Amino acid sequence: MKETKKKYWKGLEQLTNDPGYVKYADREFAEKLPLPGEETNGSSRRDFLKMMGFSIAAASVAACEAPVRKAIPYLNKPVDVDPGIPNYYASTYASGGNYCSILVKTREGRPIKIEGNTLSDITRGGTSAQVEASVLSLYDDARYKNPTINGESTDWDSFDADVKAKLAAGPVRVVTNTVMSPSTRAAIDAFVQKYPSTEVVTYDTQSAAGILKANEESFGKAALPSYDFSKANVIVSFDADFLATWLSPIEYAKQYSQTRKINSNNRSMSRHYHYESNLSVTGANADFRVPIKPSRQGPVVAALYNAIASKAGAASAGGAKDADHIKKAADELWANRGKSLVVSGSNDPAVQVLVNAINDLLNNYGSTIDLRNHSNYRKGDDASMTKFVADLKSGSVASVIFMDCNPIFNHPRGAEIAEALSKSALTLSTAGLKDETAEACSHVAPTDHFLESWGDVEPRPGVLNLVQPTITRLFDTRQSESSLLSWAGQDSNYFEFVKARWKEAYYPNQDKFMDFQMFWDSCLHDGVYTDSSKMEEETTETGAFAGDIVAAASSIASNYKGSELELALYFKAGVGDGTQANNPWLQEMPDPITKATWDNYVTVSQSFASANGIVQQEGIPWNMVNLTVGNTTMELPVIIQPGQAPGTIGLALGYGRTQAGKVADNIGKNAYPLTSVINGHRSYYVLSGVTLTASENKYQVARTQTHETYMGRDTVIQEATLEDYKTDAFAGRHRPHIATWQEESGESEPGKISLWKGHEYPDHHWGLAIDLNSCTGCGACTIACQVENNIPVVGREEVINRREMHWIRIDRYYSSDADAEDLNGLEKAAANPEVTFQPMMCQHCNNAPCETVCPVAATTHSTEGLNMMAYNRCIGTRYCANNCPYKVRRFNWFKYHDNKQFSDANTSMNSDLGKMVLNPDVTVRSRGVMEKCSLCVQRIQYGKLEAKKERRKLNDSDINTACASACPADAIVFGDIANPESKISKMLKIQTSTDKIDKEVGEERAYAVLEEIGVKPNVLYLTKIRNKDKA
Amino acid sequence: MRKRILNNSLLTIMFGVLFFSFSNQAFAQEDSISTDPAAIAAGKSLFSANCKSCHNIHEKMVGPALANVYDRAPSIDWIKAFIKNPTRVIQSGDQYAVDLFEEYGVYMTAFALEDEQIMDILAYVQDETIKGPEVVAADPTAEGGGAAAAGGTVPTEYLNVIVIGLIVVLLLILGVLVLILNIMKRYLNQQGEMDEEDRELVDQRFSLGSMMRSKAFIFLATFILTALVAKGVINGLYNVGIQRGYAPTQPIAYSHELHAGQYEIDCNYCHTGVRKSKSANIPSANICMNCHSAIKPESPEIQKIYAALENEQPIEWVRIHNLPDLAYFNHAQHVQVADLECQTCHGAIEEMEVVEQHSLLTMGWCIECHRTTEVNTKDNAYYEKLLEYHKGEKMTVEDIGGLECAKCHY
Repeated sequence: MKETKKKYWKGLEQLTNDPGYVKYADREFAEKLPLPGEETNGSSRRDFLKMMGFSIAAASVAACEAPVRKAIPYLNKPVDVDPGIPNYYASTYASGGNYCSILVKTREGRPIKIEGNTLSDITRGGTSAQVEASVLSLYDDARYKNPTINGESTDWDSFDADVKAKLAAGPVRVVTNTVMSPSTRAAIDAFVQKYPSTEVVTYDTQSAAGILKANEESFGKAALPSYDFSKANVIVSFDADFLATWLSPIEYAKQYSQTRKINSNNRSMSRHYHYESNLSVTGANADFRVPIKPSRQGPVVAALYNAIASKAGAASAGGAKDADHIKKAADELWANRGKSLVVSGSNDPAVQVLVNAINDLLNNYGSTIDLRNHSNYRKGDDASMTKFVADLKSGSVASVIFMDCNPIFNHPRGAEIAEALSKSALTLSTAGLKDETAEACSHVAPTDHFLESWGDVEPRPGVLNLVQPTITRLFDTRQSESSLLSWAGQDSNYFEFVKARWKEAYYPNQDKFMDFQMFWDSCLHDGVYTDSSKMEEETTETGAFAGDIVAAASSIASNYKGSELELALYFKAGVGDGTQANNPWLQEMPDPITKATWDNYVTVSQSFASANGIVQQEGIPWNMVNLTVGNTTMELPVIIQPGQAPGTIGLALGYGRTQAGKVADNIGKNAYPLTSVINGHRSYYVLSGVTLTASENKYQVARTQTHETYMGRDTVIQEATLEDYKTDAFAGRHRPHIATWQEESGESEPGKISLWKGHEYPDHHWGLAIDLNSCTGCGACTIACQVENNIPVVGREEVINRREMHWIRIDRYYSSDADAEDLNGLEKAAANPEVTFQPMMCQHCNNAPCETVCPVAATTHSTEGLNMMAYNRCIGTRYCANNCPYKVRRFNWFKYHDNKQFSDANTSMNSDLGKMVLNPDVTVRSRGVMEKCSLCVQRIQYGKLEAKKERRKLNDSDINTACASACPADAIVFGDIANPESKISKMLKIQTSTDKIDKEVGEERAYAVLEEIGVKPNVLYLTKIRNKDKA
Repeated sequence: MRKRILNNSLLTIMFGVLFFSFSNQAFAQEDSISTDPAAIAAGKSLFSANCKSCHNIHEKMVGPALANVYDRAPSIDWIKAFIKNPTRVIQSGDQYAVDLFEEYGVYMTAFALEDEQIMDILAYVQDETIKGPEVVAADPTAEGGGAAAAGGTVPTEYLNVIVIGLIVVLLLILGVLVLILNIMKRYLNQQGEMDEEDRELVDQRFSLGSMMRSKAFIFLATFILTALVAKGVINGLYNVGIQRGYAPTQPIAYSHELHAGQYEIDCNYCHTGVRKSKSANIPSANICMNCHSAIKPESPEIQKIYAALENEQPIEWVRIHNLPDLAYFNHAQHVQVADLECQTCHGAIEEMEVVEQHSLLTMGWCIECHRTTEVNTKDNAYYEKLLEYHKGEKMTVEDIGGLECAKCHY
């Protein structure tokens, strides 16, 4: 391996060797048992006798009578439900404009897991943390359980009668987020027909109205284009976090990852430039990331435009300000005309017009961007929402219906809306989950959870997805579409409504099925259906680019003035816009970048922190800050974030819920009111009037950043530049060699000598291959694993105590060449570090150090390569965790189920309703036992049994782990490395050897973490390759 | 299930085979009913699984006796159509079907069987028709034949007899020995040619008191007592949580002896999950109603099922076999893949009026079986690689990792 100066660090604590970091770095556990506070002044003799007496009594009572258990069969067993056998139903996740085609796994009629639907051409089997976690929201106790009027429960008939009488009175407004469903739109139309005074107002929590406006100006079509990152060789993104939070991240991550898969036969990959203020997931994956202030976003886009325009011979624009790598990016974009893509997350139409102009000059329309066949993800119109607020305040709106949206929380003018509601005679919300808007409304007509609903979703014209219920409704709720139909005086059976609409709209356009029922069944089965004639019909020709560049440039010049301190608001991959904030899985998911849980906070750069005396210390609370924007001041915790652009601060939206339920209430602060307006559009940048002052109060954010750190190991991450990889496929690999008494030259591989004979694998040999080059760090695998394996949520306090339970964690490493000896060096190192994500779970070592130290043989090795953990054998010595070089074992410090102490955080194990989500095939662990990744052994056993039942060989596609199937980037591949036909064997180029013990791995990029210690893991990683020029 | 051997079967089979080998040649046609033993065997299992709960070959039950049905019904095709969708045939106004419906008053359940499967069932029915009805009750030798056939292992009654016999023999030997001793003593005394030492030996009196006081005896007695108590305690502790023999009273006095024993209804008919799922499934009430809508509806026990259906109140059976949550057991693996009989673990369920737990259901019990049982690899491509690895040696469940923790605990 080439010697580099590069240092890897998980956080600034590690770089500065913070005492709090050093204290815990070499330890597996933060403290010894018994836990502080648990111990009284020692047990007295009488306590001992009491305990003895009780144990004897308890034992004898237990011995006498086993509890009588009941077996209660169905009265009429549904034909397709067999206890013990999971059923999968295709459906669609659509929350506002976020879309994912899914398969819902149900057991005994309960949805317990969501998987991606591989039949979808858009999300192609990928999911995200939010999609995976949405199944728990179904069993959220904070759901509205029946219709209420002024807080009083009522029945639907009297509710409808009351609503109808009030609706007749006068002007009605229906407020929604983006509606992607044609049937929902039809239901709204039916409602509007009945109440012609109705106006429908649409807004989005993550507004893209600026893009729609710009496309209307540029091409005469106010729509969101469809992007195809897979066709792009060069990608330039201006603060569009398209891998985690922007528009359709699952779709884009699928496409993007295709351009990052390389091997010795295909040594090319895309190049990605990223300009942003906060370090985002997408920025962390970029090859060239340039931190810029929000006020530079417009001028830098203009600079790129000018650079391209000068090549194309087009007119240049004013107001441009150059930034690093702009010229280089322009050269490469120009060289890859038609195979490049420029995107911007800005909501300013002027910026988007320039982006359109760039893509137009680059001939990208028709290849990487398709505006003819557009996307429906965002339809919100900021202007109509502004008008609505004005109307509401003037008292001219008699009735307002908030349809599945929560503007009081997530619209910047939510407070004004809340205040003005009293002027309307009827205020109604159809929220299913408790929220701020519904709490402020007089009427609540709770809608079903999407897993209880019928419906359809049309993410692109002609691309149709069905939503079908996977469980009978749990409460006395009614789908909002049914409610609208019923108020419109129509039959409220929305299922029949959707079906009839499909029969009319799509069935006649196909000739594959002669019978509508067969057509419908086939669509329901697949979950997706493409109506090419509808696609054709709605695909509208767009005109040539006609945007006014001069006007756009002058608008940019006047709007992007900038100031000393600017605020960039962002969304997190976990909590997102806050709709699912009451979901503890998402709250406890470590943020991909900051590794913080359960909070939002201000992120500042190291240089800003040094200048303003902000000190952050590991393991203890530190001072908070007061953030003032305009007239609003809020006290927030602060985190020093490497890569944060100097002169900027970041703050996540989606937190600060007040009426969401016991999980989310009062966590963090609501940042929606801080958004500003630039060029007439909602902007998530605040360019002026931002001040940050120190606060006296101290607070500790629960971060997992430095938990489970390796001490003094430098080769955990192995990476190379593409230039180096092109000449040497082993580039970046650390290949340790050792000398033995037989071979003193030091040419042996560490695995060649061993104290053990090794394990023989006569049949299967399970393994994982993880491509560090495609992993985006999004965290979908963490949540998928949590759902699949009944992993408890421990809550904020316990995360601080370093006791989080996730079986798969994503280690995020920063790296830079800078020497961080002093404060200046630190600032340099933290200015713009490179980032690598490494999913880390039990490595299933063939020479497992944990197995040899267990005094009770609770952890043992299987004949299929698994490191097995028998919970009921474990007595909790924790020797195994102490001996694990990867620090992947988790200890149950408490009983997290049926325990009042954890009932607020761990909702899936502390009530009958929550427990419905548990996977019945996986044990719920109790206090005092160790646990860790099992490589989804329940799925392995299930897949094997299915093959045995059908008396056939096991196919490679029969089994997949939860993490691998969730991954939107296909970074994790699971399979049988003893099967030469399996995907993983081909990927790792496993050489078949007669010896059934060790497998030879032929893939040059594949490496085992800490190979030199010779534990021979069954999890292999592929090196990270950065598309940089030769170092 | 063990089947009774019929004395007269051999003759009829031979006769039948002769007769049909002739008739087959004479009337060979596409729809002819096979006499191939494989088809008959296949038909038999299909019959047991699908038809048996309502039909007998020679007796009327819920539905008609099926003997000669292939001659009686309008055509073989009619039979096929009727089995696949009885309601449609009846509603089409077919006279034969309408007559059947009027006679029996119930619609037969539709079965999604393939044509070949129906032909197999008919082959079995034809075979049974030719054999004629079993004359079980009238044949006193049948019972004995059954018992002999069930041999192979020595029944426990025999063991007891042997043990008692042995004790008797031992006591007799002891008696004879005492007798000999006395005779010898008397003889020696009469001879009177012994010295002091010999006399002392011969005249030695057996004293209970002195023996009781001896250290050796006290030690031995204490040791035996302690060992017995310890053994009792250990046995007791090992039995904590073991519910072998647990036979709770169920809410409905359902008899497996009647259904599985006397009527020989296939276990799979009610326990629908046993071949495909983790759980065998307690049958839902609608399965009971397949037959009991017509059979004995007036019985107070069956009225309970009616009541449950009417009130939509599921029947709460008492669970007999309780595995702890930490152990994963899958019926399909054992019944479908390994082809084990239900009785292997559940005992002679067909003889149980009230079901009781037959096996220990401890981990030791599971492991014992996994150590000794050979894997059923017959016609199962899944095991090809493992078979190759074990190269024709005996391959037990243990040999393929059946004792590993994560096979049952995860």
